[in-house]
Amino acid sequence: MNETVGIVFIVVGLLFDLLGAIGLVRLPDIYNRLQAATKCVTLGTCAILVGILIYRGFDPLGTKALLCAVFIILTSPTGAHAIARGSHISGVRLWEGSVVDRYADARDMPVTSKDTESDTGELRVKEG
Amino acid sequence: MMTLITFGFGVLLISCFLCLYRIGAGPTAPDRTVAIDTLGTLIVGFSCLYALFTGQDFYMNIAIAWALLSFIGTIALAKYLEGRGFHE
Repeated sequence: MNETVGIVFIVVGLLFDLLGAIGLVRLPDIYNRLQAATKCVTLGTCAILVGILIYRGFDPLGTKALLCAVFIILTSPTGAHAIARGSHISGVRLWEGSVVDRYADARDMPVTSKDTESDTGELRVKEG
Repeated sequence: MMTLITFGFGVLLISCFLCLYRIGAGPTAPDRTVAIDTLGTLIVGFSCLYALFTGQDFYMNIAIAWALLSFIGTIALAKYLEGRGFHE
């Protein structure tokens, strides 16, 4: 029973890894590629590790797999966030089909403006 | 089970080659950074599958160390893209 569940987890993880890598190649933009690559590959690798844990139980190999899974879940979104922020600051433009860029609006806006408090989250139209 | 793990090696190698294509052909520097990060995570999965294949648990130590170093490298590259120093 445990072996079957572990094999199912490993197969699902491999499928997510492959789909993430295909998305990394096929999508048009750095931000879309970040979306596909980071989330799919993180989930896929963590599913492989959890599958190894279920397959082997709590022997040294399985315990290290659990430790590695926790570490990847903690670090991979942090790295993706840092890459997205760094690429936006370094001036990489969005894909021409993108409809909204909230981070550019927030960076253009002065910090002490009154619009900051009364922002209701609606789509803001840039002046000029 | 061994057949499944061998199949998994093939799938992960195809994914790694797709990442290598993006490292070579990415038009901007953040594309290459994303591909390097993804390649590190895929290699962690590959090493863990290899630990299950051989039954020896020190390959899992390699996976943990690789995840740590990949995270540090990603953060350093992102700070470099941002154009600031490391003390902020």
